[in-house]
Order: sequence, then C-alpha cells, then structure tokens
Amino acid sequence: MDDVDNKTPIPPPKKADPVEEALRAPAPSRALDRLGEALGDAIEDVAYHCGVPIVRVGRDRIVEVARFLKEDSGSRMLLLADLCGVDMIGLRGAPRFDVVYHLTGPDTRERITLKVAVEEGGEVPSVTPVWRGANWHEREAFDMFGIRFAGHPDLRRILMPEEFDAHPLRKDFPLEGREKDHGFWRRPEDETRNTYRD
Amino acid sequence: MSETLLRFVVVPVAQIAVVIAALLLIVVYLVLLERKINAFMQVRLGPRRVGWHGLLQTVADVIKLFTKEDITPRHVDRLVFLLAPVVIILPALAAFAVIPFSGGSFRVGSVGVRAWISDVNVGLLYLLAITSLGVFGVVMAGWSSNSKYPMLGGLRSAAQMVSYEVPLGLSVVSILMLAGTASLVGIVQAQESAGRWFLFWTPYPQILGLFLYFVSGVAETNRLPFDLPEAENELVAGFHTEYSGMKFAFFFLAEYINMVLVGCLVAVLFFGGWLPVTFGIPGLREPLSNFFPFWGGAGAMLTGFFWFGLKVFLVLFLYLWMRATYPRYRYDQLMRLGWKVFIPLGLGHVMVTALAILVRRG
Amino acid sequence: MFGTTEMQINMGPQHPSTHGVLRLELKLDGERIVDTRPVIGYLHRGCEKLGEDRTYAQAIVYTDRMDYCAAFAENLVYAEAVERLLGVEVPPRAQYMRVVLAELQRIASHLIWLGTHAMDIGALTVFVYGMREREFILDLFESYCGARLTYNAVRVGGMPEEFPEGWVEEARRFCDVLPSRLDEYHQLLTANRIWLARTRGVGTIDGKTALDWGMTGPCLRGSGVAYDVRKAIPYEAYADLDFDVPIGEAGDTYDRYLCRMEEIRQSRRIVLQALDKLPGGEIRGKVPRRIKPPKGEVYHVNEGPRGELGVYLVSDGSEHAYRCRFRSPNFVNLQALPDMVRGHLVADVVAVIGTLDIVLGCVDR
Repeated sequence: MDDVDNKTPIPPPKKADPVEEALRAPAPSRALDRLGEALGDAIEDVAYHCGVPIVRVGRDRIVEVARFLKEDSGSRMLLLADLCGVDMIGLRGAPRFDVVYHLTGPDTRERITLKVAVEEGGEVPSVTPVWRGANWHEREAFDMFGIRFAGHPDLRRILMPEEFDAHPLRKDFPLEGREKDHGFWRRPEDETRNTYRD
Repeated sequence: MSETLLRFVVVPVAQIAVVIAALLLIVVYLVLLERKINAFMQVRLGPRRVGWHGLLQTVADVIKLFTKEDITPRHVDRLVFLLAPVVIILPALAAFAVIPFSGGSFRVGSVGVRAWISDVNVGLLYLLAITSLGVFGVVMAGWSSNSKYPMLGGLRSAAQMVSYEVPLGLSVVSILMLAGTASLVGIVQAQESAGRWFLFWTPYPQILGLFLYFVSGVAETNRLPFDLPEAENELVAGFHTEYSGMKFAFFFLAEYINMVLVGCLVAVLFFGGWLPVTFGIPGLREPLSNFFPFWGGAGAMLTGFFWFGLKVFLVLFLYLWMRATYPRYRYDQLMRLGWKVFIPLGLGHVMVTALAILVRRG
Repeated sequence: MFGTTEMQINMGPQHPSTHGVLRLELKLDGERIVDTRPVIGYLHRGCEKLGEDRTYAQAIVYTDRMDYCAAFAENLVYAEAVERLLGVEVPPRAQYMRVVLAELQRIASHLIWLGTHAMDIGALTVFVYGMREREFILDLFESYCGARLTYNAVRVGGMPEEFPEGWVEEARRFCDVLPSRLDEYHQLLTANRIWLARTRGVGTIDGKTALDWGMTGPCLRGSGVAYDVRKAIPYEAYADLDFDVPIGEAGDTYDRYLCRMEEIRQSRRIVLQALDKLPGGEIRGKVPRRIKPPKGEVYHVNEGPRGELGVYLVSDGSEHAYRCRFRSPNFVNLQALPDMVRGHLVADVVAVIGTLDIVLGCVDR
C-alpha cells in the first residue's frame, strides 16, 4: 500500500470492547493444565476464545501432544471432533496454513483446540495413529488446501475428483472456479459415445 | 366334425386358450390387487388415475411394457439372454395343464368337457418336475447378463429354489400317502370321499404340511420375505436387472403365475380343491356344491370355480399380506432356515403322517 | 484352475439403497465382504467456500442444503456459532422455541431414518407409516416458516417469527398422537424374528472404537457411550429440561435402532416440557443490522439428529466469515463403515448404511 496518498488519518487505537474482552477471557481448563505440566515445552502460545483454550503447538510435537491429551487420565480427550485446515494468507501471511484440531472429552465435558502452523508445501505429522477418525479429515484438508500429512495411510483426494489439479478452499481459488473447471466432467468422447446398444 | 378331432384337438386347444387367457387376466388384476391391498395396509389409496379406481392401471402398464423399445445390452450372451424369459415362463404355464379347477362336466356333442386340461395319473410328479425347471431360467438370466448384480441374484435363486424344493416335496409326500394317488383330480376326490379336507384330516391334521408347503412355495416364487434373488435394496433388481420391456414382462408374469400356481396347489392339496366350504355341516353340502342345479353339470362346474377361486384368493391374499408386513431374510439365514429347520420338519412330518395312517387303519 | 478370486463390485452411486450418491467399492469373497472403500464427493457443492463468500446472515440458507433431512438443526448450529462469536444473548422465549423446533426436527429425521432403514431391510410398510407422522411435522414447520424441507427458520440472535396462532395446540396434538404410532412401529419390528435376525450382531462396534472413529450421536450411544451434547455441554434451554439419554449395550444395529426409537420418545417429552414452560417476551436479541463479529474464532457444536453438528468460524472482523467449516456427523460416522461391515454379507452393508443414517448432502457438503 502506498503511504503517501493515504489521506485518511490513522484511526486512534480502539478502546477495548467489553464484549470482546469477555470473549477472550481465559477459562479454566484441566486438560490444558495437565498438558502444561507434562509437555510445557511443546506449547508455543495459548489464547482463549469463547471459553475454549486455543493452544498453538510446534509442528513436530503435535502427535506427542495429541497422544498425551487422549491418553492422560486427567484430560481424556477421547473424541477428535474435528480437524480442518485454514488458509491464513489474509490474516498473517506466513506460514500460510493452520491445521486446527478440535478435541472433546466426552466424560470430562471439556474442549480444547490445538493449532499447528505449516507453510505451503510443508508436511504435518498425521494424527491417524492417535485417532483413527482423523483419516478422512486429513484427506479433506489435503484435498481442500494441499496440506500434506506425513504418515497418513491413504492420502488421496476425498471430495474433489482425483484428477483435479487445484485446492479449492485456498483463498486464491476463485469462488466460481477457474475457466477450465467449467464442464470438468465432460470429455470429448462423450459427444459421440452411444452406450448400451449395438 | 369327427368325434376324435373334437375330443383330442378342439376341446383341449379351447381349454388351453381359456386357461392362458384367464391366467393373464388374473395376473393383471392380481398386480392391481397387490397394489390396492398394500395401499390399504399402508394407509394409502393406491392407483386411482387409470380407469375407475385405477382398474385399468395394470392394463396401461402392460401396454407400456409391450410398446417399449426392446433393448438387448451389448455385453450379454445373446442366445441365452433371449432364451431365459422363455425358459422361465413355459414351465410356469405348463404346470397348469394338470390343475383341476373345478368338478362337474358338460357335454359338447358327444364329448364330455371337464374343468381340467388333462388328468395325468402322475400329476404331482409332473408338477414337481416342471416347476423346478423354472430355476434354469433364473440362472440363465443371471449368468447371461454378464453383469455382477444379476449374477449374484441368479446364484442366490439357484441355491434358494433348489433348497426349498426339498421341504416342498416332503410336504407333498404326505398328501400322496393320504390320497394314495398322484393324480390331482384323484386327490380332490379322495378328500371328497373322506368327507373332509386333508388340512383337517384325522387323526393328524396336515397343518404343519400346509405351513411347510406354503412357506416353501413363497420361497420358490421369490416373494417377500424370501425375495433375495431380486432384493432390490441389495441387488438392484437381481437376476432381471438387465432386462427391459417385454422380456422383463415375462419375468414379471412368470412370478405372478407361479404365485397363482402355489395358490391353486394349496387349494387342491389341502383345501379340497373345488369342494364347498361346509363347516362340517352335512346338510349344507348338496346346496353348496351346485348353486345352479337347473344347469346340471355345468352349474356344478361354475360353483366349483367359485369355491376354488375363493381358496386361491385367500392364499394369494396371505402372500400380499406377508409382503406388507415382513422384512427380508438374509441369504445365509434363508439357507439355514431351509436346511436346518424345514427339511427336518418335513421329514418328521412325513413320518408322523405315516404313523397316523397306521393308527387309522388300526 | 479351480482357484477362487475375489469379486469387485460397485455399489452406487446409483443404487436403490445407498441413500443418495454414495459409492462403495466392495471386494467380495462369495457374498462375504473382504474390503469396502467408500467413495464420496458426488454431492460436493462447496458450502464452506460459499460460507466464506456470503455474509453471516446469508450463509444460513446454505446450511439448509447440507443435511436436508434435518435442516433446522443445521440452521440452529450456525446461528448459535455466530451468536457466540458476537457475544449475543438469545432471549429465553427464542431459546425455548428453538428447542421445540429442534426436537420436532429430530423426530422427523428419526422417522425418515426408521422408514428408509426398514425399507432397506425389506419392511415396506414401516416406511409409509413413518412418512405419515413426518408429514404432520412438516405441516407444523410449513405453518411456522412456510417451507417444508429447507426452513431457514433461525436468525442470528433469535427467531424470525412468533409461532402462528394455534400452532402450539397443533404441536401438542402431534405429541398426543405420537406414542400410539410409536407402538405401531414397535409392533411391526421390535419383536419381529426376521428383524431381529437382520439387525442383531450386525455392524457391531464397541464404544471405544466408535469414539476412536469420532462417531457421535445415536451411533455412539448405541455402543454404550453416554455422550450427548445436550447433556454434556448444554446449549439453548436444554439445561432446564428433563430428559434421558438412551444408550445401548452391544453396539449393533438393533441397539442403535432401539436407541433412536427411544430418542423419539424423549424428544416428544422435551417438546411437551418446552411448550409448557414457553416464556413470553422478545424473540430477537440485540443484534446489529450488519453483523460484524470481532476478530476471533469459535467452534460450536450442538446435538443434531445424526450426531455432533459442528461449525468452526474464523472471523477477521469483516461481514464475511474468514473461514467457515462445517463438521458433519455423517462424514465422520461413514468413515467407520468399512470396519463395521468387514466379514458380513452384502445384505448387511445395506443394513449398516441404514443404521448409520447418512445424508449425502451432509457428507459431501
């Protein structure tokens, strides 16, 4: 952006909004405490939003942290509720992607969110050895963002056709698709093919 | 016209024509009846658009099937594929050659006409033999379609029809022993002279026999809950997936004709064929066996048709009722039921019947 | 020469009982299943991408199209997520209205499941009976919001409209009719020998494995894990209402069947309670005309008829969500299918698909 032509004055720093304050208020979390005790060095940052701790974890430590949260008697995050990618290009630039893990403890009734940052073309260790259910989620993240998962048993596209060559949930992929994606399923031989009959 | 020509050509051909025409008509309205009865059980109305209360619905369906383009898929084994519908429908029709539809007779010139095409003294054996040919059509259809779902369907039905043939035959054996003849006419006459249907035969009523026969018959005709060969929720349409138009209509027709056949046989073997329902009251027998005494033998024949038709209808109604009520068995469960329950039951049934005959003779 | 080979068979995407456009590549040994590979994505419409392109209020319409058998639950979870992102309180009357509609939706969805599941196993009549009762609920929804399938009946911060006149009485009338109709289904199926033979011991999965796969909803509770979001992390007015969470023991198709049947009964209980307690007052909370949540993110779940419905929203402070992610319970539950059918027969695949109660619109999003 060109600073010289910028006529609008720089807005004064915003006063903290009470609602926003409340949203960001830390909430007690036993799972997070346990994690801090055992694997404190793996935690890079902790934030809170809507009462759920959001823990940023080093990329190579994610499997270790995940296994601890699942197996530790204090946290018991048995359910990997969701795993998804986020294209962070519009929020922070690099590294480009976040992989977000939403964990739930069905009997502790707690939730925790883990985040791992990964640059374009980078690999994240797969958590399929910890939760089998991560399999399709990771395939979807690969399909939609092109994030690779190291050690995934079957990393193929899941929703898009296998011969598709882009990752549609990236921010640089247009909403209506590219020109060449229109009529993706039509093939030249379809025009002349007459099936079923002699 | 010579009497020989009349006796051996004209009358039988006319009888065959009447039976086939009547069968087709019955099937057409059986389909409608099925839809109406199912609709009634499922709090719906059923077809109502074509004709009064949908009476012409199946007629329209038949016309549609007749005029539909006849498609033979490219990948099939042509000869067998074309032959299969024929192979399946011929035995179904041929079986009706020995069914006695009614008693009584009337004369055309010097020739007496009865309500059956022929009275073969090995009628039951003929029936067992000819109906088991039907399975060839199913297997041929499944195999020649050269496609996976029909093949699974064909294999299933081969196994199913062959296994249920055995309990079916066993329940017939006890009837043979009771009647002392394999002629279907003879069987009805035996019930007439005994004064009671075989279903209520003393000291051992053939209720188990009826149950075995009916259930095996349902399995033979591939109807719910034994409709595995064409279980549409698993095998799309089973062995006739690749068929359309007239060829499909043949399979459809064969299935319903076979249903009618089972109904007829249950009526003949267990319910005394054309004999009237008298509730064991002796005085009722005479008036109930001929509603039109002034027509003599022809009146008795008409009355017999009524009673026979009523019994067949009841059996068919049971068929439709079952269809609206039960879920479907799984293939292995069906086999287990056939071999581990029905065949032992059938064998036991034959033994008990034999013992009962001994007891009766004293 | 006489060796046997495994047969590859393709089930779907056009097949009478794959409930939409699911495709399964089955590997068969005779009729026994060696391996299953689900292929999905035929109904992928990019709801998540659309959710990033439209404003928060506009995106509710897209949630209708995901789980079209339970559109209200999807509407609800999305609106709740935006509300949490905004920090908005929903007035109590709206909360109770939401509970009433959500539970009616659950009953409708379970009735669809019952009908199709029974029909897959061959019981034709139950389907029609289920549809009869579902029709009643659709009529209720129609008179509330004008739509019968895709309701779009929730607004961020509350509800769009009051219940129309006489609606509450109609809903009560439905609740009065329901138990006798439920008994009818039980008569047709619960003690039916064939039904038992087809569902007992089929598609068995134990609670630990089910959790490992991430299964939720009746599929998880059928395996004996009492995890219900309505109880575990109550939302809306559920904390004030009294209901039980039925759980199964064996984790087979029959237990899941009983669980869902009991859930219908419990949902009816909730509807009646919520109608009794229905407070007066506002139905819309204080929401700005232009919804611009502060920067931040939320992962919100509620208990949909098929399991834990989740929405993950990342806000960058603008009118559009920066990232809009829908967690579909069907997608996750379907993953366990190969595990559940291994070693069973082809006919059981159909039963297991039925018991998982998938809606392909929600699987593919």
